[in-house]
Amino acid sequence: MSTELVNLIEAAQLRDDIPEFSAGDTVNVHVRVVEGEKERIQQFQGVVIGRQGSGSKKTFTVRKISNGVGVERIFPVNSPRIAKLEVIRHGKVRRAKLYYLRELRGKAARIQERRVDK
Amino acid sequence: MSQAIIGRKIGMTSVFTENGESVPVTVIEAPDNVITQIKTVETDGYEAVQIGYGARKEKKTTKALKGHFEKSGTEPKIRLNEFNNLLEGAEAGDSFSASDLFSEGERVDVIGTSKGKGFQGVVKRHGFAGVGGATHGQHNRDRAPGSIGAASTPSRVFKGMKMGGRMGGERVTVQNIEIVRIVADKNLVLVRGAVPGPNKGIVAIRKRITTLPVVEEND
Repeated sequence: MSTELVNLIEAAQLRDDIPEFSAGDTVNVHVRVVEGEKERIQQFQGVVIGRQGSGSKKTFTVRKISNGVGVERIFPVNSPRIAKLEVIRHGKVRRAKLYYLRELRGKAARIQERRVDK
Repeated sequence: MSQAIIGRKIGMTSVFTENGESVPVTVIEAPDNVITQIKTVETDGYEAVQIGYGARKEKKTTKALKGHFEKSGTEPKIRLNEFNNLLEGAEAGDSFSASDLFSEGERVDVIGTSKGKGFQGVVKRHGFAGVGGATHGQHNRDRAPGSIGAASTPSRVFKGMKMGGRMGGERVTVQNIEIVRIVADKNLVLVRGAVPGPNKGIVAIRKRITTLPVVEEND
């Protein structure tokens, strides 16, 4: 009974416009950024190296290499700040968490593409 | 009307605000409470209102309590608490809901009984730092309390000395926390952050008693 009520609260938060994706996929996240009065969209493209949590607390981590430096951002999946999420490419990986990518650079950090039947 | 409402802690989750901020919340289910008694200076020596929460089984109600509930014309309740009476003219038997009492964005205190931690040492119970370091041949002293007093004078340990013992299971009040949302049709109140006690524990949400200035939040 208890969890039902928590689920009820969470159900109202959930978004159904976010496509399915998993670790290893390359995604482009369109983030709403508020600067003073203005709001604009910032894109963050990289590899999903993990997903975490459940319900409205679900998050995913995106890693990209920016100017030679590894950058990771954690987004709540259901955040209203995500304007759009595009899956650029599905990756073929054998782990749920790709933390090993942090140790790898360049060619070694590539992920094989996974063919998806539509 | 009363100063507070009694409810049950359901659990924690997080909700998003309009500007996309994720806020940690505790969900408290607070169905309508009933006023079971109005205490006045003439009859009781002080002013208060007694409110009741939740259904108590007939079988588990003592005769003395039955009489008490009959007097106010209410069903037996599982929990009774007294609070300051905020409104003139309220009568025993009246009921009120969380949305009568509070509004979203208001700051409140939440009172509950903390989770029992059992017998705990001084490090966890009183925040002691332990004795000595981990190296240089030391052993056994990591979580020790250290000295608990002098020797022949006074030849005893002072009362109230902080030592190991039972921890938790006591009344705890969290002050000045924000009501993030009220779901009136489900009798749910969402308050920001954590609240004492286990899920399903009984808690009271009370009007804030402090006059602390509200810290302006940086956006």
